[in-house]
Amino acid sequence: MADAAFSLAPKPEGATGVIVLSDGHVIWGKGFGAVGDAVGEVCFNTSMTGYQEVMTDPSYAGQIVTFTFPHIGNVGVNEEDIESKVDSAVGCVVREEVTPSSSFRALGEFGDWLAGKGRIGISGVDTRALTRRIRVSGAPNAVIAHDPKGDFDIPALLKKAQEWPGLEGMDLAKIVSRQIGEDWEGSTWTLGQGYGRSARDAGPHVVAIDYGAKDNIFRNLVKAGARVTVVPAQVTLEQVLALEPEGVFLSNGPGDPAATGKYAVPVIRGLLDRDVPIFGICLGHQMLALAAGAKTAKMFQGHRGANHPVKRLADNVVEITSMNHGFAVDNATLPENVEETHVSLFDGTNCGIAIKGNQAFGVQYHPEASPGPQDSFYLFEKFVGMMK
Amino acid sequence: MPKRTDISSILVIGAGPIIIGQACEFDYSGTQAIKALKEEGYRVILVNSNPATIMTDPDMADATYIEPITPAIVAKIIEKERPDAVLPTMGGQTALNCALDLFNDGTLEKYGVTMIGANADAIDKAEDRQRFREAMDKIGLESARSGVAHSLDDAYAVLERTGLPAIIRPSFTLGGTGGGVAYNREEFETIVRSGLDASPTNEVLIEESLLGWKEYEMEVVRDRADNCIIICSIENVDPMGVHTGDSITVAPALTLTDKEYQIMRSASIAVLREIGVETGGSNVQFAVNPKDGRLIVIEMNPRVSRSSALASKATGFPIARVAAKLAVGYTLDEIMNEITGATPASFEPTIDYVVTKIPRFAFEKFKGAKAELTTAMKSVGEVMAIGRNFKESLQKALRGLETGLDGFNRVPELEGAGRDTITAALAKATPERLLVAAQAMREGFTVDEIHAITFYDKWFLRHIEEIIAEEAKVMQDGLPIDAAGMRRLKAMGFSDKRLATLAVRSVGVAGGLGETQARRSGLLHDALRAMAGATSEDEVRELRGKLGVHPVFKRIDSCAAEFEAITPYMYSTYEAPFFGEPEDEAMPSDRRKIVILGGGPNRIGQGIEFDYCCVHACFALSEAGYETIMINCNPETVSTDYDTSDRLYFEPLTAEDVLEILRVEQSKGELVGVIVQFGGQTPLKLAHALEKAGIPILGTSPDAIDLAEDRERFAALVEKLGLKQPANGIARSRDEAVAVANRIGYPVLTRPSYVLGGRAMEIVDSEQQLDDYIATAVQVSGDSPVLIDQYLRDAIECDVDVLCDGEQVVVAGVMQHIEEAGIHSGDSACTIPPYSLPGEIIEEMERQAEALAKGLGVRGLMNVQFAVKGDDVYLIEVNPRASRTVPFVAKAIGQPVAKIAARVMAGEKLADFPPFKRDLDYMAVKEAVFPFARFPGVDPVLSPEMKSTGEVMGIDRDYPTAFAKAQLGAGMKLPTEGTVFVSVKNSDKPHILPAVRRLIEQGFRIIATSGTQKYLADAGLAVEKVNKVAEGRPHIVDKIIDGEISLVFNTTEGWQSLKDSQSIRASALRAKVSIFTTAAASVAAAEAIATIRGSQLEVRSLQDYYS
Repeated sequence: MADAAFSLAPKPEGATGVIVLSDGHVIWGKGFGAVGDAVGEVCFNTSMTGYQEVMTDPSYAGQIVTFTFPHIGNVGVNEEDIESKVDSAVGCVVREEVTPSSSFRALGEFGDWLAGKGRIGISGVDTRALTRRIRVSGAPNAVIAHDPKGDFDIPALLKKAQEWPGLEGMDLAKIVSRQIGEDWEGSTWTLGQGYGRSARDAGPHVVAIDYGAKDNIFRNLVKAGARVTVVPAQVTLEQVLALEPEGVFLSNGPGDPAATGKYAVPVIRGLLDRDVPIFGICLGHQMLALAAGAKTAKMFQGHRGANHPVKRLADNVVEITSMNHGFAVDNATLPENVEETHVSLFDGTNCGIAIKGNQAFGVQYHPEASPGPQDSFYLFEKFVGMMK
Repeated sequence: MPKRTDISSILVIGAGPIIIGQACEFDYSGTQAIKALKEEGYRVILVNSNPATIMTDPDMADATYIEPITPAIVAKIIEKERPDAVLPTMGGQTALNCALDLFNDGTLEKYGVTMIGANADAIDKAEDRQRFREAMDKIGLESARSGVAHSLDDAYAVLERTGLPAIIRPSFTLGGTGGGVAYNREEFETIVRSGLDASPTNEVLIEESLLGWKEYEMEVVRDRADNCIIICSIENVDPMGVHTGDSITVAPALTLTDKEYQIMRSASIAVLREIGVETGGSNVQFAVNPKDGRLIVIEMNPRVSRSSALASKATGFPIARVAAKLAVGYTLDEIMNEITGATPASFEPTIDYVVTKIPRFAFEKFKGAKAELTTAMKSVGEVMAIGRNFKESLQKALRGLETGLDGFNRVPELEGAGRDTITAALAKATPERLLVAAQAMREGFTVDEIHAITFYDKWFLRHIEEIIAEEAKVMQDGLPIDAAGMRRLKAMGFSDKRLATLAVRSVGVAGGLGETQARRSGLLHDALRAMAGATSEDEVRELRGKLGVHPVFKRIDSCAAEFEAITPYMYSTYEAPFFGEPEDEAMPSDRRKIVILGGGPNRIGQGIEFDYCCVHACFALSEAGYETIMINCNPETVSTDYDTSDRLYFEPLTAEDVLEILRVEQSKGELVGVIVQFGGQTPLKLAHALEKAGIPILGTSPDAIDLAEDRERFAALVEKLGLKQPANGIARSRDEAVAVANRIGYPVLTRPSYVLGGRAMEIVDSEQQLDDYIATAVQVSGDSPVLIDQYLRDAIECDVDVLCDGEQVVVAGVMQHIEEAGIHSGDSACTIPPYSLPGEIIEEMERQAEALAKGLGVRGLMNVQFAVKGDDVYLIEVNPRASRTVPFVAKAIGQPVAKIAARVMAGEKLADFPPFKRDLDYMAVKEAVFPFARFPGVDPVLSPEMKSTGEVMGIDRDYPTAFAKAQLGAGMKLPTEGTVFVSVKNSDKPHILPAVRRLIEQGFRIIATSGTQKYLADAGLAVEKVNKVAEGRPHIVDKIIDGEISLVFNTTEGWQSLKDSQSIRASALRAKVSIFTTAAASVAAAEAIATIRGSQLEVRSLQDYYS
């Protein structure tokens, strides 16, 4: 079915954007944002709000995000709904042309903002068909291109898509991570007041390893009472210990956990050996599992939305969570000392672990939300609580 | 947690009759709940006075009580059935209030009945304004500045804090009855008084005005393990100040950033927890200041609601079904979403389309009512439409409304109007305000200007602006001749009809002769068509066909395609506007299929009764092995529930939309036919277009239906069959009308041709009145003549419903009306079996009905209306299709009449079904329910114009008891003591005499106006005289206002007398004094009062009646 929607038709009149999939399918549309082309893996996100947060989430590095909700850009952009300053998704695919925004918070328009960030957008695409295609045959590699004159060298773009090695085995974390450490300031957002500030000298000290983190994680840690120092992905165990952490946080991030794990896992093992409290989210969770002896695998069907129910096994409570992962911890490979704490109510995949005998736990989903529900903030408090 | 095993039987309380603010959405939720509970093995007991519901079908609940939903009656049912639990959250405010009363009076405790879904404290906390506000303060959520008042003095004290304008909301009322917005002190006083009056606890909440703020609703579900999920966010396009039931709304919320949305999400969940809604669905309403995002909680409903029905249909999440499972102890993680079959119930729906709801109003039915929208709900129905973008969704909703709109039709009154006129029109909240906004754009108003007056969010306005700009292009250049251009227009939601109208304008022949010429065939037409692209709806369709531009169908799966859903619940879209072939997910089957067309939005005259028939057609044909396909656009209904039909298309019922669906369905399998006779006028109007397109129509032919509607053709058939009709004629001018009336003799019944629900129908007594009617009520012209009938004064009216398979005729029911002929049949009470007609008259009507059914070649249902005057039977009207009476008949005789009809339409014979039992040992009375209290200034009097919104059934051993139950069910209080006021027209005086005597025997005091008093006194009755209003004070209205009167019998004749007595009826309505405006109903009421004084009302289940 899905194939019917994507033909190798010649360029229709007026097309100023194109997505060329590595299997040769060409999807025409209207380009917006930056002019040029970029290669990445096409994924989708089903959140109905929070496009600006998604586009600044480093977990989407190397990806082209298809928004399933047709109207994107409706509330414009602002300076607060930014999750990271580093490069993230290379482009986005939307159903409807972006129309002028309406929000008291808006400081600019989505299209202009994308252009300023050098990111490409394409509209006028049957995004539902594309999503179904991804659901059925997996996330394809592709080139997204925008040219106001509509001049596209399709064979060249196709070649580029085909030559791109893809995300599997790719260590993107080291690229999107901060390259130097940072004393984090700033707490969570409240209406009318914006982001809160933190007193740097208070609270237990958390060293947060940035594999491509969303800023809202650090804000939530601060809100839970921590003093946060952010360090780059390729930090050594010695460097971490030198900061005298009372707890270490392992962030989310893009790419294949196995690739990033090559240098990250030994650090985490060292921390486990010293029983430093550890909390991992998404990629950080996966690498914590790797360090504890479990395995990760690429999922046939990733989870990408702000509506996924997760069951907390300790008390059977359901948390509605924000998810964005194409890899997961294989719960069949959990060693003796690893306890499964959360599972997906959709397909039973692992969504949380705790290391027995250690003060270490991780969740596959995004308790920092942004975008998404804030049901799971308690995890930050739990982590900070371990250090008090 | 598994389901509760400490309970085994559950009482479900329904919502009673359809009224404004409480419509068939509660049949939809109740039906889902009953199915869900039965699945779990519980014994389900149901009480609902509304026979037109699917939930009261005898095979739904284990014991079904069609009884009035009053605490006393429900207590009887509890006493008899001894349920372990009561589920009060499925029947709207009616069920909540009833359950709360039963809790407060100790009944539930006495019989050990547990409340499930919501407990008494939670209900009270949510409904009591003061407690609710305190609860919000406690969890740190802001409420509007406000205060509670129990008197006018209190109210003025509160006003000091809130300032004007102020919003007044009475406590414990439905849809904001009696509330409003006050801009000055005088208005304030008036509204406070009516609010105190309307509130059963004499309490109003006075709030600071949030006019112009954005309004949102969140649908939340919670289970007993405290898991909460949001099903849907809804944004009102109409800002605060218009009741959400009267607002145009969209789902999901479209103008919130994620941070704001999450504040609202977390707040909604906090509200449920604080109020203490243990399990089930609730709705929380918010106001948001567009300038700074300040968020205020407006209210919450601890039950399923109109909005939850909308949210269910909008997302594919069956809230009521899930709520019922949660009420018996399951948790969200233990339940699957049956609609998707792929997602757990705990999965928060996400959608990849835009849903628009537009309410439908009936102001034209209520002379004297102001068509202004306020915080008190006035709409009688709604349409929902789904599109892949806001524009498509909105324009689909506009045409689905069936109010004559094809999209953003022009507002002729404002064409070329001055800025002041347009500004004034924009400033008024009316049902047409969005069309006015569009017209204002055509007249040069900017989005900013319109926003400043209306507070419509600019995001919505800009999309409308794009539609208007596109219209201008088509009016300039005609239609695009390439597929991409056409698809682009269609993806904006333009209907073929609207495009034709716009295209014709491009050749400069707008209106008048030019336009007529353009549409005619011939050289000129061909030339114009070539220039414009198309000149009619058919030609646009043809052009689209040539270009290969057709909609595709996408599925509603609650997960935006993240997972594969199983249930074929679909909507159309023109999808990607520019490039490539869009993907179609319709996947029609290769089965033998039948399409059932629904009735569209509810309106007066076409409501739940027709949906009931459509649902039964689906059930019956599915049982007979066909694949059933439902097309409808009414989100409140059972017909649009996911498991009613095999396939559901949520689409407007226009020729264009239906033909596109049929095109896809015919591409595979065999389309056996389409049923157009069950959904009222809506699908019937499509019959010609379907026939023209070669679509087989099942059952009685559209031509036979036309014949019955066509005066002249029908008269010929009547003559052939040797039947008698009241003398009648057609007039195409004022003079013709006078001539016809003179020939027939006054009084005459006048009406325009082709009507539903007797719109603009009137009894005319004199030439002067006829002139008035023609001048004000109708436009008489060659195209729309006026029909004039002999009016049979004091005749008894009857309805006969029959089934016919083309050969055999089976009478399903003969209904004798209580109100005399001349009152619209939909507004009359009636009985099965007839309560006073002699057997030979009944047989004669049955004979005539049989002859008509055969004469018309009916295959399916037919309804005939007769008037009986003396020994004469006059034929009034024939409708060879499902009529409003079908569900009542089915419930009264205990036979699935509509199901049998559907199977007959598909070719089965009546002989194959078991015969009906005709000799009933009980009496069923249908009574109509009216929305007069919603329309201040409207005379609450019955006429040939239908005004009722719903009906109830009273069933018992004899006529007076069944009548009493019907009155109770309809919300009429039958007093057992006090003073009765009687004022009747001369011809009624002999009829009313025994009734008055009966009441005196029962100890009532009687007062009457002079003429009536004299007549009754002369007959030896002790009756006191009271002044008419014109006779000086104190007069009867003073007495009614002072609460001295407990019952009113008031009948009138002629224009003047009606006008003179209006204040009597109006004051009785306000004082909530029961009033009967016909002699027959007054007599029945007197008998009923005597009966209920003599004995207690008993309850009996349908299953027991039928066995």
